[in-house]
Order: sequence, then C-alpha cells, then structure tokens
Amino acid sequence: MLTYFAKRIALGLVTIWFIASATFFGMHAVPGDPLAGDKAMTAQIRANLEAKYGLDKPLGSQYLIYLGNIARGDFGISYTQENRRVNDIIREHFPISATLGILAIVFAGLGGVLWGALTALYRNRWPDVVIMFLVILGISVPSFVVAAISQWSLVGANLAAGTTILPIGGWGTVWHMLVPALVLGLSTMAYLTRLMRSSMLEVVSTDYIRTAKAKGLPATQIFSRHQLRNAILPVVTVLGPAIAGITTGGFVVEIVFAIPGLGRYFVQAIQQLDYTVIMGTTVFYGAFLVFMVILVDLVYGLIDPRVRVEK
Amino acid sequence: MLVLHHASKSLTGTFTDVSAVDVEGNSISILIREEPPQLDSSRATDAVSGMVLGHVMEGLVRMGMDGRLEGAVAEDWEVTPTKATFWLRNDAKWSDGRPVTAADFIFSWKTALKPETGSEYAFLLFAIKNAEAINSGTLPSSALGLSAPDSNTLVIELERPVPFFDKMLVFPTFFPIRADFYAASKGRFGADADQLLYNGPFKITRWVHGSSMTFKRNPHYWNQEQIHLDAIHVPYITSDATASLNFFKDSKISMTGLQAENLTEAMRMGWQIRQHRDGTVFYIDFNFREGRATNNLNLRRAIQAALDMEELVYKVTKLPGYEPGLSLFPGWLMGEKDLLRREYPPTKISPNAGSAQAYLQTALQELGLGEPPPLVLLSGDNPISSVQSEWVQQSLKRTLGISVKIDKQIFKQRLAKMTAGDFDMVLAGWGPDYNDPLTFGDLYASWNKNNRGEYNSPELDGLIDTAQNQLEPAARMRAFGDIQQHLIENAVLLPMYERGVTYVVDPRIKQLKRRVIGPDPDWSRAYIDSGSE
Amino acid sequence: MTAPSLSPEDFHPLQSSVSDQQLGRPSLSYWADAWRRLKENPRAMASLGLIAFLLAFVSIGPYLWQVDPSAQDLDQIGIGPGADRSVTLAAPFQPWLPEQQATTLDDDVLGFTLAMPATTQAVRLVWTMEPGSRYRLYRNLFDPSDTGSFGLPLAELDRSYFEDRLDLHAGTYYYSLVMLDANGAETSSTVTEAVQVTRVISAAEALQRGLIESEGDAQLGMALELAWHPLGTDYLGRDMLARLMYGGQVSLFIGIFAPLAFVLLGVIYGSVAGFLGGATDQAMMRFADFVVALPFLLFMILFKVIFGIGPGESGIWPMLVAMIILLWPAPARLVRGQILQIREEGYVSASRLLGGTTAYVVGRHMLPNTLGVILVTITFQVPSAIFTEAFLSFIGMGVAPPTPSWGAMCNEGIKSMLTRPHELMFPALLISITVLAFNLLGDGLRDALDARMRGAE
Repeated sequence: MLTYFAKRIALGLVTIWFIASATFFGMHAVPGDPLAGDKAMTAQIRANLEAKYGLDKPLGSQYLIYLGNIARGDFGISYTQENRRVNDIIREHFPISATLGILAIVFAGLGGVLWGALTALYRNRWPDVVIMFLVILGISVPSFVVAAISQWSLVGANLAAGTTILPIGGWGTVWHMLVPALVLGLSTMAYLTRLMRSSMLEVVSTDYIRTAKAKGLPATQIFSRHQLRNAILPVVTVLGPAIAGITTGGFVVEIVFAIPGLGRYFVQAIQQLDYTVIMGTTVFYGAFLVFMVILVDLVYGLIDPRVRVEK
Repeated sequence: MLVLHHASKSLTGTFTDVSAVDVEGNSISILIREEPPQLDSSRATDAVSGMVLGHVMEGLVRMGMDGRLEGAVAEDWEVTPTKATFWLRNDAKWSDGRPVTAADFIFSWKTALKPETGSEYAFLLFAIKNAEAINSGTLPSSALGLSAPDSNTLVIELERPVPFFDKMLVFPTFFPIRADFYAASKGRFGADADQLLYNGPFKITRWVHGSSMTFKRNPHYWNQEQIHLDAIHVPYITSDATASLNFFKDSKISMTGLQAENLTEAMRMGWQIRQHRDGTVFYIDFNFREGRATNNLNLRRAIQAALDMEELVYKVTKLPGYEPGLSLFPGWLMGEKDLLRREYPPTKISPNAGSAQAYLQTALQELGLGEPPPLVLLSGDNPISSVQSEWVQQSLKRTLGISVKIDKQIFKQRLAKMTAGDFDMVLAGWGPDYNDPLTFGDLYASWNKNNRGEYNSPELDGLIDTAQNQLEPAARMRAFGDIQQHLIENAVLLPMYERGVTYVVDPRIKQLKRRVIGPDPDWSRAYIDSGSE
Repeated sequence: MTAPSLSPEDFHPLQSSVSDQQLGRPSLSYWADAWRRLKENPRAMASLGLIAFLLAFVSIGPYLWQVDPSAQDLDQIGIGPGADRSVTLAAPFQPWLPEQQATTLDDDVLGFTLAMPATTQAVRLVWTMEPGSRYRLYRNLFDPSDTGSFGLPLAELDRSYFEDRLDLHAGTYYYSLVMLDANGAETSSTVTEAVQVTRVISAAEALQRGLIESEGDAQLGMALELAWHPLGTDYLGRDMLARLMYGGQVSLFIGIFAPLAFVLLGVIYGSVAGFLGGATDQAMMRFADFVVALPFLLFMILFKVIFGIGPGESGIWPMLVAMIILLWPAPARLVRGQILQIREEGYVSASRLLGGTTAYVVGRHMLPNTLGVILVTITFQVPSAIFTEAFLSFIGMGVAPPTPSWGAMCNEGIKSMLTRPHELMFPALLISITVLAFNLLGDGLRDALDARMRGAE
C-alpha cells in the first residue's frame, strides 16, 4: 500500500515535469512579444527588461533555470504587474476558485443524489418528468448563457423586491457564492442526477430489496437504509474527477459574476501574454490535478476494501 | 454544514453595505475595469493605474475642474525657454504627515529615467537636461538637470525649449516618490495598499487584488475644503460590460459605461445618460514598407474614397458622442487662440465610389497588377475591433472588390506584428499624453518608433521639426495645420472616428469630472447631493 | 357402436414432416440486433431524426436559402423575425447647411421644430436661439414624461440647428432641447418634440440592393420592400438564418469531426498498446497518462495562442488540432482495456485454435466488439466538443471573424440579450438541440450496443 503510493507520487512528479516542459516550450513558441507596450521603447530599456526576466539567455539555460525555480516552488515575477510575484497571485486567487468549486461540488452532489432519488421514486410520474426536463436543460445549454441569464434574473428579482435578495456578483461573503456555485455545479448536478436515477432503478430490482419488502419493512426504511445507501456508491466514485474539473472550469462564472478567481486571472494573463503567470498557473493547476487524483485514490483505498485488495 | 454556518455568521450582512451612494457614510461605490497593473508612478502607463493614481497622488500641477492647469503641490511656477522653476507649498504632506519636498520629485524622476527601471514613459522627461542620455545609459543620473536650492524650490534645466512643459506635468510619471519609503519597500513599491505613500486627496486603505479596493480621505492632504467624500469603494473589478450594467441596475455602483446594445434599456429605465469624448482618435494605419501594395498612394486614396466613416459611426458603432473622423488631430485640441480644428479646418474627403474606382485602376496600373491584391487588416481582439474590421472588409469588397483578410490578434501579438511590419492595414488608436497638438503631431515622423508603418517623408519630417522646435505659437500651429493637410492629401492614415464614452451616473452625485488629460473619471472633487433624486 | 374400419395404409409409418429445426425468430447479427433495439427506442430515433435535420440544415440549407452570411444589410440592423420591411423611395441624402435662425426667443417652446420631414436618412431640427446661449439636445425612444429622463444626449450646441443621423429606425422619437446656463448646467427651459421617422431609401441604394430594376423605374414616394430576413439580422445587419446555417457548419464540423479524429487516433494508439502488451504497453500508457494530466481548458487556450490564427483564416483547424492533441488518451485507454479483456475471451482463443489468423481475429472479433464502445464514446464527445467551441468563443479565443459559429453568435447575442433576444435565442437553441440529440442518441446507442443489456427492459 505504502510503496504503491510512493510510486504514484514519484510518477506524479514526473507528470508535473512533463506539464512544466510542455508549458515552457509551448509558451516560447508563441509568436508575440510579452514586453511590448503601448509605446515603443528604446533598445537600452528593452535590454534591461530582457535581463530582468532572463530572456537574454539561451533557451536551454532559460529552461534549466525555470525547472530549478519550479523545484523550489518559485514561479517568478508577473510581466504585467512587475512588482507582484506569481506565487502571491496564485496564493491570493486560487483559494477563491477552490472555494467556489467545492461549494459547486457540494451543490452538485447533494442535488444530484436528491433529484436522482426523487426521479427514481416517482418514475414516469410528473416529478420525474419535470426534473429530467430540467436536467436535460442543464446539460444542453452552454454555461455562459446559463450564467448570464441567471445573473440577469437575479437583477430583476432584486429590482422587484426593492432590496438585495442576493448579490449579483463580486466576492466576499457566502451569499456571493451561492448563485455562481449553483451555475458552476449545474452540469455536474445534471450528470449525477441521471447517474443516481439509473443506479436507484438498478437497486430496486435487486434481491435484497425484495427480501426487505417481503419481511415487511416500511417503505421509508427500505428507501433510506437499503436503496439510497447502495445506489449512492457509483455516484461517489465519479465525484473525484468532477472535483478537479469544476475547480479548474470556473472561467465562465468567474468572468460573468466578476469573481476574482484564478481562472479569470488566467484568461487575462493570456490576453496580456503574461508568460510567467500563464506558466505558473498551468503548472500549478496541473500539479493540483495530479495530486487530487492520487488523493482520491488514497481515500477510496481507505473506504472501500475491495479497491484495497485489488491494488 | 457547521463551517458554512460559522462562516455565514461572521460574513452575513456585509454585502448589503455595498451601495452606489451611501449618504450616511458619505461614500460612493464605483467599478474599475481591471486591477491597476502598476501603481508605481514611475512605471505606470495604463489608464486604470492613471485613474487610481490621480486620486491618491498629486503632482506639481493638476487639471482643474474648469479644465485649466492649476497649482497642486506647487504653489506657483515659472517656465522660460531654458529652465522651469516650481515653488512648492509648505502644507503639502505625505500620508505619514511628513512634508512633500523638491527632493521627492527629483528622486521620482531619476527613478523613472534609470535604464534598469524600464519605464515606458521615460520619454516624457526628455525635455529635462541630459534626461535622454541618462535613460540610454550614457550619463549617470547625477547629471540630470534638476536641483533644489531649498526643500520647497525645484529648478529644472531644460534640454530644449518646450512651450507646453508645465502641461506635461499632470502625467503620473511626474508624481513624487519618497526615497526612504521606496527603498524600504524592497522592489514591491506600489504592489499593495501599504506599499505606497500617498500625497493625494485619498489613500488606499484596502486592496484585495483583482477583487476590491477602498479609498479613504487622506487627512494630511493640504486642500481639504475641496474634498467632500469620506470614502470611495471599489467593490468590483471587472471588464465585463454586461456585469457592469447589471451592477448599476442593482444600485451597487454609481456609474457604468453603456454599449450601443444597452441604450434602449437605459432609456427604458429612465437613467440620466451622459456622454463624453475621451480624446482618443481611431484610424486605419497603412504599411509603407517596400513591396507593400499600401505603399502606393493611389491605392490608399482608393480606400480613402471607398470608406464612409459616417456610415461606420452612425450605423455600426451606433453610440452618441462618436464623431466621424476627419483628421489625426481631434477636435478638442487648442490651437493658437481657438480650437486648432477651427483655425485649420481639415479638408473633408467625401466617400465616392466612382473616384475610388478610378484611383484603384490607376493604382493597379502603377503596381502592374491585373486585379486588386488581397490586403491583410490587422485588428485587436476586442469585440469593437472585430465589428469594425468586418465592416471595413465588407465595404472594400463592395466598393472596390478588394478582398480583405482580417488578422485578429491579442494585444501583444498585434504589437509584435505591427513592429515587424507584418500587415497592410491596421486598426489603431492614439490617445493624448499631454495637452498639446504635438502629442499627435509627431506620430508619423520618420524617427518616431510608434510610426510602425514606417512612413518616411522628408517634407513631413520638416514640418514636425518646425512644430517641435518653433517657439512662436502662430508658426507652430501653422505647422500643425500643414501636417494635417499633408496627412490627408497623402492618405497617410484614414481617421475613422473620435471616440465617445456614453455612460450613466447616479443623479445624486455632483462634480464628477470626465477628462481627456489626467485621471478619468475623476471622483476626487465629487459630492453627494442627497436632496436631488 | 361400430368398430373403426382400418385399412392397411393406417399401419404405414407417417412421413417425417419436420424437415429442419426452425427458430422462433430470424437470426440477427450483432449490428442488426443493435439497430432493432435502437429502433424500438423512440427517444433515440427522435434524436437521430433531429441530427439528420441539423445536418440537412447546415448542408442543404445554404442551397435553399442563398444569402451571403457576411453581407451587411445596414438598413436593417438587429431586426427581429417578422419585422416590418416597408420602405419609401426618397431623394438621396444631401448635406444640410441651414441658415442661423432668427434670434427672437419664444421662451415656452424655443421654436423647436423639424426643418423637414424626418426620415431614416436624417432628422433635421431647428430652433430659435438666444445669442450666446448653449443647448443640449436629447433623443429618447420613450416619452420623457413617462420615464423621467430625456434619454440619449446627442450633442451640446451653440447654434440653432442639428442634424441627427445616428442609427435611425422607423418609429417615434422624442427629441428634447434643453437650454444650458452659463456654467453649463441645465435650465428649466426645455421642450420635447415627438418626431415620426419614416424609413426611406434612395434610388441608387434601392438599385444596389436589387429592390428596383433600374433607376428609371424609381419614383419618389414609391413604396418598396426591403430584403426579407426570416429570422432577423444581427448587429451588422447580417441575415441570421444564413449565419446560423454557416455557423452550424463550423460548430457541427468541430463537434463531429474532432471526436472522430481523436477517437480514431486513440483507437489506433490504444489497440497497438493493448496488442503489443508488456513494456511497450506500459510506456505507451504512461505517456497517455501524462497527456491526460494536462489541464484541458488551460491547454486548449494555450494551444490556440501557440498555433495562432493567420490573416483571413477561420481558426477552425488550430482548434481541431488542439482538441486532438489533448483528447486522444481517454479513448486510447478505453480501447486498450477492451482489447486486453477481449484477448482473454474464450471465443478469441477458440477462433485462434480453429486456425484464425491475427488479421481474422482482429477483423472478426476484436474490432466489432470494441466498435460499440467507440461509437458510444464518439457520440458522447460531440456535445463536449461543441461546448468547448462555444466556451472558447466566449473568452474571445474562438473562430476568427467574419467566420460565424453558433458559440460566437451566442457570445455576441448575450450582449444584446435584453433588446434583441433573437440574436441569442436562435444560436443557443441550436446548440441545445444538437447537444440534446447527441446525448439521447448516445444513451440509445449504449443501451442498444451493450451486450449485457440484451433482453433487459
């Protein structure tokens, strides 16, 4: 078990090296000039700036310096904000994206289980039809359209109420997070609902449910003790990958709801061709994903004895 | 759940504190487009940093509410062809209570000129003796023509006579920086709220990067009676126009810009719509490098006659305040006595499909081509540029049968392509750096690095030389008039429009100042009139 | 009771009537069976129909509706479906340089009036002016007495006339003239005038747009009809229907071709790895793991920047290549797993024992048995590819103008969502229908192709 995870972690480190290298050589293949500004600059100033960012050295040594810095966890200085370090930028903006992502996962998980169970219980009756219709809507409309329409509706609701029911954007309190997190979690919630529904239906036709019915257990007890518990397992197994996807996929809600997360910052950095921020963010996210996957495996290993034996 | 509950307990309620206008707190909330990239005044270049700095810092002089230059840290000043002298007021103080001295200006300007600083706007200081040599590393910074006979007097030796030298000083590059504070910040000067020392009407008390800022009244500011607000909050930082409109609608911010798409909504809501021309001119630039078709005068004239800029402004951009372009020199620039454009009215080239065709045929003969060559139009990646380049593409196809290839690039890649000369036409814009026609006038000088199409005309260079070095105002303005005429006749550039800003502002706020030069918008003198609705 | 009469024939054996064994139903191949089950699934069939419709819409549509998707009809910008198209023929636009009006001031109304009938070419207003005073002129779509504001400030003037040409449509406009005091503040001296604007077109313009045969046919005041745009136009007056068709070509091309390509690449990679096995398999799969670890959207954006879009290019290929580079590992893993599994199956061993060559085993057993999974994967990847295109358009990294795509159209439409909802609604609807159809088809295919599901439900 321990050697298995030691191996996984070693492999993870190699993966991060791969990501870092891909990003580095990718960025240096980008046409364009990260130092260019509105005003043309003199050769002297340009040379000074190039020296500051180490752009005057040959690519090979730039690469080695870069790898060395990453190994020490140093992502360098931003090109657009010359007095800020990329580490500070990640430290300030990533927790926001992560908080939003976790809340979205909570919404998606709770909602998925709840709606999935409901639809299975009321199979082919109106709650099933209504919820499945919403689910289909949730997975078939582009997220930026959903985000824009929900913000617009919220403005309308606030105007009609004459007071702020919920903030329509920005960051700071739990209330700011609710709507963006819902929007962010929507497609995952829809996916989980479908999964939960089919899982529930499968469980209903198993022998132990029939036995439980036969021995006269009340329906509520069958539902909570046997049906729900067993149906939830497959849902839990897909939550892991979903976490990573959601935390890095917050670009749209962060832009629409003016949330200062790392996703929005990344998009801005791309438009500014801020080399160090782009590379730092990508490597950081890559590393984050790699270790999330390892962590999720570890947790499964602890929870589910079958997985432990297999490995 | 416990965590959430706990969090909500400590955090509830704060969001309701954000409101466009807070009468009790004597404060307002505004939105800024992006995080200020650089609050180190010696290196700041962009409009957002300039706007923030304009509220928390003050230079020797400033633009007054009436649009005239007025004393700020300087009480009085005198500019002669060889030197400028500024007498600083005694009560100008930093936010830690210590006085602002001439040494703070000298330190700041020397910092901006140091080659290691890499300041893009160092060229603004080149009027000072030896500044250019110091900036290119050939002279030590001690050689700079600045001296302080006493702590309240600043004497500037000029490299050459600059008639508008005092007007340039409103730019952030000329703001003071105190040496000891700068040294103590260890390279992080301007990176955080506590990494800056303020001498302006407000100081930044909170700065959550990318998220929010708070400006509070600076108790040490000398001109207290002109400042009315106790605080300015920036609860949101976003460039998303839809979000901005929604925040205004939700009474969270006191001003928002309007896009053409939102005008109907703004009228339906009964908002007080205003407009302001921001002084920027947008135009199509050509590539004059050898071998480029656009080097041909008749081809440029064909394009000039084919594009109807009135159609662009009235039907495509659709915002009031946009003025169809006539000249590189925008309408607000002052000439000798009146507006420059009244003294020297530009010739209007009316669009004419017939003459456009005739020019094209001549051009094709001269170029030895059978059919019009395809042209590459370099364009920015913002939605407005896209729409405009699509319009240019269609117009030229319709009138001249020229096929235009749009090359949409992000800002830095567009700049790189412009510098490399990798284009035929490019959508460009130029905003003023100081209040003199020269800020536009020298753009096409053969030595100007911003002349990225590499236009090279000894005649124009001669006119620009006159405009730069002639001291007599009438002769200077005549030179600008001639430059304007030269640019139009030779179709060096095609002015598209002067940009207008259409915006809505909370009706209770008075004395909000929109400017062409200096921080825009300027909230520093604003006040709340709670009686009006 | 009589005894039955028996004949000798009765003692002959019966002729055998059962010639062959007869099955209850005809024998079905795997694919025929899957198709049968798919046909029984009404949702899957409906989605197949939808997909066929969408493909026809983008491929046959442009032949039926031959309108240039980039032609700008600047007379009809941003009109909704079914908007009024009537237009009156008028003299061409002429510049207007009126004399200064008389300087007597009628304080109540400022003498504010139309100088000539208001048309979409221009609204020309004059007023009597007090020497040295300044005025601000507003325009509103709503009655200022209802909304409480004058609306759009058009200009500040120190003269007695104004020509408005800004984005004029047929309808009622409320023009308000406000006198300013010496400090530039508004005085109570205001007047509002409701102006009825009629849509006009000059003979030359009508000819250019093909509304009349020759300028000789033109008579001033003649009623004409502008070009028909069944689904309205966008912010540049381009026909929505045509743009939806051409935009659909882009979106569906990316949506369908990208999954086909990267799944194919993945299948080859995965089956090679699965076949070779051993250390090669391990190394190949490690590399796939590396690529999987790249954060998808971040690298999608990064690749878009790296590849760049040259002048005049649409940017479809860079997007496609980026997707292929990033997304092949998932199908590769899947196929490898399948191959490894099938390799151990009894029927494969049987086939080998009976002398089946490798080619035969692969062609007869391996591929058909993985094809189902591959098909389902492709179907489910279509919606996410379409969403990726839409997302990239949203952050400004999508296809380059003037190429339309549904995602780019949605992104443009969001900006004018409140005033011109059709610009968002139509492309969003088409994206939703496509995504929905492929999701339902994927469900149906999975059910139909899954061998374990045979006979169930």
